[in-house]
Amino acid sequence: MTAPIRIARSGLERAEALLDRIFGARWNPLYQLGALGFLFYWVIAVSGIYVYVLFGTGTTEAYRSVEYLTIDQWWLGGVMRSLHRYASDAMVLVLAVHAAREFLLGRLRGPRWFSWVTGTPILWLVFISGISGYWLVWDRLAQYIAIRSTEWFDWLGIFGEPIARNFLTPAALDDRFFTLLMFIHIVVPLLLLLVLWLHLQRISRPRITPNRGLLVGTLAMLLVLSLVKPAVSHAPADLAQVPSVLRLDWFYLVFYPLIDHWSAGAVWGFAAALTVILVALPWLPPRRAAPAAVVHLDNCNGCGRCAADCPYAAILMRPRSDGLPFRDQAHVDPARCVACGICAGACPTATPFRRKSELRPGIELPDRSVADLRERVHAAAATVTGSPRVLVIACDHCAGAGGAGGATVAVPCIAAVPPPFIDYVLSRDLADGIVLAGCRAGNCYHRGGIDWTEARIAGTRDPYLRRRVPRERLLTVWAAQSEGARLATAIASFRDRIQARPRCRAEPIGEHG
Amino acid sequence: MARLGAYLGQGVVYALVALVLGTFSNTPAYRGFPADSAELVLSFSHGAARKGDCRRLTPEEIAALAPNMRRPEICPRERVPVTVRLALDEQVMFEHALPPGGIAGDGPSRVYRRFTVPAGRHLIAAALRDTERESGFDYAAEQTVTLAAGARFVVDFKAELGGFTFDSRPVAAERAR
Repeated sequence: MTAPIRIARSGLERAEALLDRIFGARWNPLYQLGALGFLFYWVIAVSGIYVYVLFGTGTTEAYRSVEYLTIDQWWLGGVMRSLHRYASDAMVLVLAVHAAREFLLGRLRGPRWFSWVTGTPILWLVFISGISGYWLVWDRLAQYIAIRSTEWFDWLGIFGEPIARNFLTPAALDDRFFTLLMFIHIVVPLLLLLVLWLHLQRISRPRITPNRGLLVGTLAMLLVLSLVKPAVSHAPADLAQVPSVLRLDWFYLVFYPLIDHWSAGAVWGFAAALTVILVALPWLPPRRAAPAAVVHLDNCNGCGRCAADCPYAAILMRPRSDGLPFRDQAHVDPARCVACGICAGACPTATPFRRKSELRPGIELPDRSVADLRERVHAAAATVTGSPRVLVIACDHCAGAGGAGGATVAVPCIAAVPPPFIDYVLSRDLADGIVLAGCRAGNCYHRGGIDWTEARIAGTRDPYLRRRVPRERLLTVWAAQSEGARLATAIASFRDRIQARPRCRAEPIGEHG
Repeated sequence: MARLGAYLGQGVVYALVALVLGTFSNTPAYRGFPADSAELVLSFSHGAARKGDCRRLTPEEIAALAPNMRRPEICPRERVPVTVRLALDEQVMFEHALPPGGIAGDGPSRVYRRFTVPAGRHLIAAALRDTERESGFDYAAEQTVTLAAGARFVVDFKAELGGFTFDSRPVAAERAR
């Protein structure tokens, strides 16, 4: 990771921590940027339908109808227009932050390229939707956008007539032009919805609605902003005049001054280069991807827990093919598997107590097997010194990545740890306490890891952590990479706590497997 | 108390986001055009004369054609370039031979250019050649106009209106002899 990216990531994590304190992990807007994008989409759609009902498609009717909405019917039409404007701006804002955040957190490599690459046309479609909307008002700003946009497209030389000629004189402009624009302004957002659906295809249980508190707060913010600072038009378009001073919407029109100051070709080159770089980012620089999870059919009973927990819809349950008396078997799609190991953590056969047979669960990562995890736990436990003995199991993306001081076992995701391992460590007296360190709450690198781990410990999601495991000797810490100090403090406090309590040994345990 | 603090904090965050949205949705203002200037636009789409004359076919040539393709004469498809010159106060701003459009070079020649000029009184002169002649112009027009600051003045060419139009109005433009 280069220094600027590391600094930016640290800044992002600080912002997330601050918003965690203000909103709590469940309502933190930075963890729900995609869902907020969807919310803004629906606000734009509803307000847009209302504005469309009263919109006049004509060179004079367009401006007049928008003025009617803004001034005469300010209490509803004006509010709807403002909601349409501000929700559109907010959509650009959350998309930009969403893309930057996914980049900084490295959530674009491997099979996650699909969501990243399908996100690029979303940016284009959002810009086209917004810009075509500004055009419809047919005020001075619309005139400026229309002329610059058509000049920009004319550079491509794909139109017979220069389309900028449509805006030479008022007589050159046809009412039907507004019908065409309206068609674009409706069809492109519908196309956007289709691409958004595609964008989520490789994600299980995508969050497309923000938590209620965040939803209510966001809608209230948009409404208050619409009332306090309603969206207004410029003077009506006049093709005999050059629009000079313009109140640009910088969220959508930020590139237009470039068309003024560069050549159209240079702006096309810039846009193309930006698009190519964005699309290529998941492979810059190329890295070897971790191998996908593999299914050991002889140990797979087709229970489907791995498929239920997989955050990327990479596991499908298919009819049994090996003659064993089970209905289904797990099947991994390597193109979708990000090698998070959550499937192995969910597999009921991944129990370290197994001694009589090889520790080979129904599903696991080939290069980070469950048997290897047991060996590493033993090796780490052997290095634990002092009292009390604390063993840390940390995911690759949290504050404990690279070691949390003392004995640390690394896993790709905290939910890759099968719950029996916790039982195993404490009941076999490998340590006096065990710490599970993962990403910040609500912000798991592999999406579902923290939720599944907490649910397994709480006994609400299979595979459960057995009741006999003394919870006071188990600590979960959800801390981002930049929160090493917080993790260290939590571990120190945990040590003190268990030091003060006598060793509570678990009941005798029978061997599994 | 902590809950109240959290709600206050959320209010501050929402207010900051609203401030960003409300501010950058229309400020800072952008001046895309100098205050004391006007804009002169030269744009037209005009098909020039064909390269070469039409030739009558001999009866033998007509007979050699497919029955549905028979015609008395053939004409070259390709057009000559349109040469245009635009001058402001006798200073040439644009002079170019515009190639015909289309793969076969049989389409109209097209141009669209914008010029930023000082506001004030100017002599605008335009000339155009659309035949095979090698010098001189087939059409010419000029007019003295006062361009107010921020005005947009369009020079177009419409053969059906007799030549150049200045701000949609035909100007004295006669076909040169």
